[in-house]
Amino acid sequence: MYTETEIIKDNTDLGPDGELVVNMGPQHPATHGVLHLVVTLNGETIKKIEPHLGYIHRSIEKMCESLTYRQFIYVTSRMDYLSSHINNTACALLVEKGMQIEVPERAKVVRTILNELTRIASHELWIGAMAMDLGAFTPFFYAFREREMITDIMEDTCGARLTMNYIVPGGLMYDIHPDFQTKVKAFVKQFKEKVTEYEDLVTGNVIFQSRTKGVGVLTAEDAISYGCTGPVARASGVRCDIRKIDPYDAYDRVEFDEVIETAGDSFARYMVRVKEMNQSIRIIEQLIDQIPEGDFVGKTKNVLKLAKGEFYQRVETARGELGVYIVSEGATTPHRIKFRSPGFSNLSVLDHIAKGSKIGDLMATMGTLDLVIPDIDR
Amino acid sequence: MFLKDYISDVVNGVSSLLKGMRKTGYYFTHSKEIITEQYPDNRATLKLADRFKGEVVMPHDENNEHTCTGCTACELACPNGTIKIITKFDITPEGKKKKAIDAFIYRLEMCTLCNLCVAACPSDAIKMAPNFEHSVFDRSKLTKILNKPGSKIKEGIE
Ligand code: SF4
Ligand code: SF4
Repeated sequence: MYTETEIIKDNTDLGPDGELVVNMGPQHPATHGVLHLVVTLNGETIKKIEPHLGYIHRSIEKMCESLTYRQFIYVTSRMDYLSSHINNTACALLVEKGMQIEVPERAKVVRTILNELTRIASHELWIGAMAMDLGAFTPFFYAFREREMITDIMEDTCGARLTMNYIVPGGLMYDIHPDFQTKVKAFVKQFKEKVTEYEDLVTGNVIFQSRTKGVGVLTAEDAISYGCTGPVARASGVRCDIRKIDPYDAYDRVEFDEVIETAGDSFARYMVRVKEMNQSIRIIEQLIDQIPEGDFVGKTKNVLKLAKGEFYQRVETARGELGVYIVSEGATTPHRIKFRSPGFSNLSVLDHIAKGSKIGDLMATMGTLDLVIPDIDR
Repeated sequence: MFLKDYISDVVNGVSSLLKGMRKTGYYFTHSKEIITEQYPDNRATLKLADRFKGEVVMPHDENNEHTCTGCTACELACPNGTIKIITKFDITPEGKKKKAIDAFIYRLEMCTLCNLCVAACPSDAIKMAPNFEHSVFDRSKLTKILNKPGSKIKEGIE
């Protein structure tokens, strides 16, 4: 259509100051799903980023309002599908809190182990996808090898690999698989051996380091004022781990460190997630031999009804703080439900930290924010 | 100084890349540790987890009898209206009327495999089966009637 010189001469697309608007997504291979970024460029420098949302909006909040307190939990698996267990836990905890349901110890411990396995699986997938964004293909397969062991455990115990719906108000849907403990132990052993491979392949790699160090720096003040949570805020030195601040299930009886980095750049965000996986392994190791015997689900009424009033429950997903807020009118379905998703706040900071950097660095910045689009759109 | 930095950069860079390549080489020579599965060629040996939630089925015994009483608890528990139960009245040998299912209609295309119906069933009449190859050419094939033709309820189940 154009010859090369004509493209340069033809500057009708350029804005008043030689600006160029590039649409990234919604079907861009590096944007993980249907995220649409309108990037305004000056040469190669980013002037403005405007995320356009709504491509995968399923009105989950409205859907939940027409479902009973037993039914609405399965829908939340479809929000942040990489932390579906943790989303389910948040909803179950809220219903339990609202109705004062006694949860058996066994269920609490199993939930904690499953939540930590989910966190590891999510971070594994993120490392693979992130390295692929930056042009390294191999780590993806290494990460998926370990993740596969976790999905196998999930498949055995919960019957599904991604959208488990295993956690119900009062405990668990059915008891754990007889092989659960052996398989988790085998996974912990393999993970500890193989985690050094990531260090060799990714962390120590000069190309990876020079593409992420000092890129997309987020200060602690900005992290707080934009409402960032999870590994994104912890990489900037903000203490925000809900498992520490507001422990739920069995987190009050395990020892683990809240991982904090202070650099605030993409590399710090990467390091937080890698170290967090080791902390998750620590939690699992403390609990796996201590699963108490007993019931896996507490006594609940046949029809669940929350009392009139407002309820809020927050948990730490792999991406940050997930809040569930329910206004109840005393019926069998919620009157209003609102999810505070971590991905939305973390995305909103993208324009701020990517402004002024080169377009190639946008991939690293966006990748380390760990965006899951269905979580943002809901 | 510049030259020294430059050379150390190159040496560090090459050695870090070689470290990564060593891993690649290791798996190239140790093909037993590779875990890729050759689906669909391995269909005969493929074994899924026994709890895998693939579709809802209604088990029948050798006399073509099931244990579903037609109580519609599963229909009420389902979040998407996947299940529709049509009941009829059988006449028992004593001449009494007895409720029984005429058709247990299950629409696989609407099912989210959440297991809530199985958990709700008081007489364990339905369960999850590990079938996952559900693609068909005609969508109407996904609407299934789970009770087999001519089947009836087991003796003694109320
Ligand atoms: S598995 Fe869930 S969606 Fe499917 S029929 Fe049962 S209750 Fe309905
Ligand atoms: S399958 Fe179970 S819950 Fe559903 S109608 Fe039959 S007996 Fe009732």
